[in-house]
Amino acid sequence: MDLEFNSEQRLMKESFRDFLVKECPKDLVRELDESDAGYSPDLWRKMAELGWMGFVFPEEYGGLDFSFFELILLLEEMGYNICPGPFFSTVVLGGLPILNLGDGNQKSTFLPMIASGDMKLTMALTEQDATYDVSSVRVKAGYEEGGYVINGTKLFVPDAHVADYFLCIARTKETENPEEGITIFLVDSNTPGIQCTLLKTLARSKQCELFFDHVHVPEIHILGEVNQAGSALEDILEQAATARCAEMVGGAQAVFDMSLQHSKKRVQFDRPIGSFQAVQHHMADMWIDVYTSRNMLYKTAWEVSKGIPAGLDVALTKAYISDVCERVSILGHDIFGALSFTMEHDMHLYYRRAKEGAIAFGDGDFQRKIVARELGL
Amino acid sequence: MNFEFSDEEKALRREVEVFLKEELPPDWDEKVIYWPGGWGTLPQYEIEFQGFWKPFYRKLGEKGWLSMGWPEEHGGMHSMTKYAHFEDVMSYHRVPSGEIATLIVGPTLVHVASDEMKREWLPRIARGEVTFFLGYSEPDAGSDLASIQTTAIEDGEDLILNGQKIWSTGAHTADYSWLIARTDADAPAKHKGISLMIVDCKSQGITIQPIINICGIHSFNQVFFDNVRVPKKNIVGEKNRGFYHMMAALQYERIILGIGGFRRILEEVIEHVKERKCKGQFLSKDPLIQNKIASMAIDYNVLYDLYWRCVWMIDKGRKPDLDASIAKLIGTDLSRKFARAAMEILGLYGLLDRGSKWAPLTGRICIGYLDSISGPIGAGTPDIMRSIIATRELGLPRV
Repeated sequence: MDLEFNSEQRLMKESFRDFLVKECPKDLVRELDESDAGYSPDLWRKMAELGWMGFVFPEEYGGLDFSFFELILLLEEMGYNICPGPFFSTVVLGGLPILNLGDGNQKSTFLPMIASGDMKLTMALTEQDATYDVSSVRVKAGYEEGGYVINGTKLFVPDAHVADYFLCIARTKETENPEEGITIFLVDSNTPGIQCTLLKTLARSKQCELFFDHVHVPEIHILGEVNQAGSALEDILEQAATARCAEMVGGAQAVFDMSLQHSKKRVQFDRPIGSFQAVQHHMADMWIDVYTSRNMLYKTAWEVSKGIPAGLDVALTKAYISDVCERVSILGHDIFGALSFTMEHDMHLYYRRAKEGAIAFGDGDFQRKIVARELGL
Repeated sequence: MNFEFSDEEKALRREVEVFLKEELPPDWDEKVIYWPGGWGTLPQYEIEFQGFWKPFYRKLGEKGWLSMGWPEEHGGMHSMTKYAHFEDVMSYHRVPSGEIATLIVGPTLVHVASDEMKREWLPRIARGEVTFFLGYSEPDAGSDLASIQTTAIEDGEDLILNGQKIWSTGAHTADYSWLIARTDADAPAKHKGISLMIVDCKSQGITIQPIINICGIHSFNQVFFDNVRVPKKNIVGEKNRGFYHMMAALQYERIILGIGGFRRILEEVIEHVKERKCKGQFLSKDPLIQNKIASMAIDYNVLYDLYWRCVWMIDKGRKPDLDASIAKLIGTDLSRKFARAAMEILGLYGLLDRGSKWAPLTGRICIGYLDSISGPIGAGTPDIMRSIIATRELGLPRV
């Protein structure tokens, strides 16, 4: 066992934090939250220049060749500072699947464009069932000469309104087992027949309804095997859930740091509120939640990064972190009192995101079902 | 980072498995309770196992396993990681991996005792030859240990000990007491006049009265000291610094929570719901049962990952105080959570006690539910632990 960062990882983490503090202050976060685009092209370009979009891609595709584990460290810092925009969608939901499933041609077409910041992607998986079960996919893609035609509606698609391409998960074959017969398509967002409607959300993340009306996709834009996307999607969702955990842990750490500082400074009854045992015990509980979450996150991320089967550990980790990060942000509110109930204060930015993170890619109950299945129940 | 166990570590785990298969009595699994995180069902204090335990414990000592976490110059292997593997496998089989002697006395002697004292005691402890009980709490000194009233007054080459101790687990089977007493009544602060010492249980003037715990087992005792002579050379470390010495090696005992024991219970509950039917359907198919078991698995993994972090930190020479405090807090809380969840899953069957007809899992859950009360209370209640974390680790002001 070796449970510490190497020196490169340590420096990396510091530089992520320094950059985000400087380039993505909270007034920008607020501005982006209330904007339709939800991201700053200027910040996006700077992030691309630092190589963040191609962080995990091999050098031949314009990447920096780091592992998934290091991407987790970046996402943790993005969660800590808050960094609105389609980074997660582009890299985790778009880039990683193309890297893992794409053929040579697809990789050399898409990855360098992503790495340079010139292409944004997202994944269109969920529908009206609002679940991450592949068996719930009803959007259909039928074969026509030279390609496929997609019909149906996707919901809760993050950042689709700014994406250049979607990884659209569609049913290409009706089978007895609804987990089979699924295919991933790389769909150009400018293809005729696509209608995108922006939804308004709790955390102001940009989610969309995507309507596909006879949308043609050439055969060369099938990602992975036809009808066989089931297990590939499991891998994608494991990566996505782990990545979302990293953002949540970062956010919980920020809430903890803010609350600790406040409890030392805020004076009531002639003494700092942090000297009251009731407040101290809240702080201890928050710290335990953050600490144990991060400890679990790193182990799971390491497994995912190494390609070690991690289905159970991802589900355990996402379930735990979903529940405790929400708890941390609620306790944080209690520490700050009425102040935290204002738009002016930063706490609500984290509170909203903790809830969204908990639900995204499967909440505690969803993950516990996976845990039960993995335990043979 | 790397979370993998080495080949050497894996080999040690196998060696312990094989050893236990050969050495444990055939009816061990039926009779032993050993609720993880609890203090009330440790087999070495149950009458049933007293003939078996001492020779068995010596064999562990002969293997060198009891002292693996100690420094090499004191007969150890300087590897808490190895000890942690040993503990993990042992507790899975419901066998305590150590005792007060090896988990508290030994490590503390290593940190604070004179060379002479180390030479006298450490080899015997490592060989599993001697057992201790803790003489810390008194009727009026629980969480506030500095308030102890037992006194040890100098008289020539001896100290004369007077007072009483309570909640002394295993005093009725121990050879020695590891005890704190007031040696300076005029000290400027009450925790500054306390010394830590070793007291021979065969000394004149010691009376031990059993206290039966809520599991119906004699684990606790109240111990009375009436003019008991203790040689001055039995003072551990510096006189009047016992309160500090007592805390020198807390991290060892805090992480020994029976991690493998939790895993075992989880496996057994899973097995049980796969076999038990209700309304023609296996309990394992019930979504509510699945959710409860998944929650148990999640909480177990939180502790498991933290356990290895603590162990790794100790071997790295880092202070694992915060981690160990968290492990103590959440580990003993898990002891209760497991008991509650298992009781809910077993329903009416969970109410059947050890020895009853129809009792599932030999009544272990029923007794475990009682024993699970003890874990969080012993060695620092949850509120005390939270206060420690907040003030010592997070830097919040003391009241």
